[in-house]
Amino acid sequence: MSDLLAARSQMAVSLAFHIVFAVAGIAMPVLMAIAEGLWLRRHHPVDLELARRWSRGVAILFAVGAVSGTVLSFELGLLWPRFMAFAGPIIGMPFSLEGFAFFLEAIFLGIYLYGWERVPRVVHWLCGIGVAVTGAASGLFVLTANSWMNHPAGFRLVEGRVVDVNPWAAMFHGGWSVECVHMLLAAYLCVGFAVAAIHARELLRDGTNLFHRRALTIALLVGGIAAALQPVSGDASAKLAARTQPAKLAAMEGQFESEPAAPLRIGGIPDERAERTRGAIEIPGALSWLAYGDPRATIRGLKAWPREDRPPTAVVHVAFQIMVGSGVLLLALSILALVRRRTLFESRRLLTAIALGGWLGFVALEAGWTVTEVGRQPWIVYGILRTADSVTPMPGLMAPFLLFTFLYLFLAGIVGALLRRHVFASPRLPAS
Amino acid sequence: MTYATLVAVALVASLVIYALGGGADFGGGVWDLLAAGPRAGRQRETIAHAIGPIWEANHVWLILAIVLLFTCFPAAFAAIGTALHIPITVLLVGIVLRGSAFTFRSYGLEPGHVQERWGRVFAWASLVSPIMLGVTLGAISSGTLGMDPASGQVRTDFISSWCASFPFAVGFLALALFAYLAAVYLTLETEDDDLRDDFRKRALIAWEISAVLAIVALALARHGAPLIFDGLMRRPALLVCTGLIGLAALSALARRRYAAARWLAAAQVALTVSGWALAQYPAIVPPDLTITTASAPEPVVRAVLEVLVVGALLLFPALFYLFRIFKSGGRREEGSPGYPTE
Repeated sequence: MSDLLAARSQMAVSLAFHIVFAVAGIAMPVLMAIAEGLWLRRHHPVDLELARRWSRGVAILFAVGAVSGTVLSFELGLLWPRFMAFAGPIIGMPFSLEGFAFFLEAIFLGIYLYGWERVPRVVHWLCGIGVAVTGAASGLFVLTANSWMNHPAGFRLVEGRVVDVNPWAAMFHGGWSVECVHMLLAAYLCVGFAVAAIHARELLRDGTNLFHRRALTIALLVGGIAAALQPVSGDASAKLAARTQPAKLAAMEGQFESEPAAPLRIGGIPDERAERTRGAIEIPGALSWLAYGDPRATIRGLKAWPREDRPPTAVVHVAFQIMVGSGVLLLALSILALVRRRTLFESRRLLTAIALGGWLGFVALEAGWTVTEVGRQPWIVYGILRTADSVTPMPGLMAPFLLFTFLYLFLAGIVGALLRRHVFASPRLPAS
Repeated sequence: MTYATLVAVALVASLVIYALGGGADFGGGVWDLLAAGPRAGRQRETIAHAIGPIWEANHVWLILAIVLLFTCFPAAFAAIGTALHIPITVLLVGIVLRGSAFTFRSYGLEPGHVQERWGRVFAWASLVSPIMLGVTLGAISSGTLGMDPASGQVRTDFISSWCASFPFAVGFLALALFAYLAAVYLTLETEDDDLRDDFRKRALIAWEISAVLAIVALALARHGAPLIFDGLMRRPALLVCTGLIGLAALSALARRRYAAARWLAAAQVALTVSGWALAQYPAIVPPDLTITTASAPEPVVRAVLEVLVVGALLLFPALFYLFRIFKSGGRREEGSPGYPTE
């Protein structure tokens, strides 16, 4: 494995690990605040128990998210010093803002977790909402930085030197809101469904347990609303990619030829050597229509770029299929649960479907990040700086890659065991 | 004063606050590791109770410092990240293990011995991380991270600049100072006189070890970090002032004036960290990168300063509220309207 590949792999592992905790930090507080809000309204003990249990989950996930996020902020310099020397001033602004949002989030969370008995109840609840809001804000800020790597703006290059930097223009360029909305919805979607999956599994064993019933309802509501909105946001993301990153769109669709009325491919494996995608179901003209609103519009295929400027097509196409497929299944699951809402808790088949399918949100999340990150290759800053040109000269990068991989695998196992025991296990509640 | 200098001041300030808060949290872990005697269990409980609500907020100061560094002094960040890859990686592993182990332990993995094992991980990680933080800062100050004018990259063999006596002296000094701070703070975290005496004894020992290590580091700086050494020698008032405040803290501890000792110890550590920064001013990564040569374009630096001011207006009231809730005597207020104890 080359040092470049080791560095990319370490970054991928770190991001794939951190993103799970980051989305939990964004979306779990919403669930927790809803439960506590319900308790403040109706004083049913099950809501308070839920808020307390979920807050323990937030505590564990937030701590691991905070430290793995710290690792990422250092890794930018450890692995990609030349990228940071170039881009640091341009994208530092959102990271500075994120610093403050994260700060407030840590403070609100500290009060929330340790202040149950110390602050007035409404203040406590407001701190929970504060965690949710600042969590979403810090996510948004980091996303604007990532989105800048896809759509670099806010500076000019003169003879290889960066001039006329405008950090606000770099942050709020044309595409930031599209990526941010897509990712925030993804956070609510995958956390909502994962929590629903866990409680549905408990309901299969303990069907009348009010704790799990209430939990499932809240989680499905949050996940379902996000699932319903996500296709709209996904469509906007694809249209943006068509405009600003045509090579990424071509890779997502396995489109090698430049042609009018390009088909939408469902499934299939792109063969990069033969430059064609095999085994896909093709819907004629649908890609042109989705990308430009015109079924006869011309789509630029990958052959329009020299080979060294193309992203790894097979990875991007397959990841994109997985993301969209998972999203569609989750949307179907949401609609089914909505239609059958009166008999939801009695239907073993539906509960089983939620218990198994709820995890697809995280599958979609990881696949989606694969699409956006691998799809941007070979660039680290699209069209400006190549990933290969920004890696550190440090040799032996295999060692830290393996180190962090094992560390994160190990931690993931522990977190899973802890959550299972202390957050999602059936509580003993007073009969009510 | 230029905008870049102001940002550098903010960067040092966040490092100082990190040392006072986050540093003491690491120090708490060290005392967890060294808990001994008939009250070992209760020492550990007090430590966990003291750092639980605040360590994550304290930790953010380090992230803020890093973000300010890479936004406003990107060349310095790139040079540090490249040449000091190894100690920083170890520091990161320590940070990850410390934070997760502390949380895992708090949320009680059963059976007891598993929980205890996480307690060990928390404690050892709390020991390693401050050393590596100190090694990194010491290596930066040693003046060995020169820039290659042709490529604009740092000249380094990735090892020799940090694997030397001066950086490690700074590493152990950081560890001793953090442990000292923690022990002083902990005297105020308990109502129990015996327990308080345990922490007082530890604070006194840590004070002595810090003093010895500070002198060792200063002596090694003569050859290991000549720039720092000259900078300090040119400012004898700074050295004397730090020493006097240290002695005052020692005397307050000896006379059991714990509240005064807390402020004096904090001032002592704050002066040590800012003295280090002042000694290498205006260099950020000596010898080549200074506040001026490493600075980002001015519009960026100015915008970051504006954000810092607005952010501080939001942040400080919230921080104040957090510390008032958890650090004002630790007692529940009469007739508190919160939730009943679980």
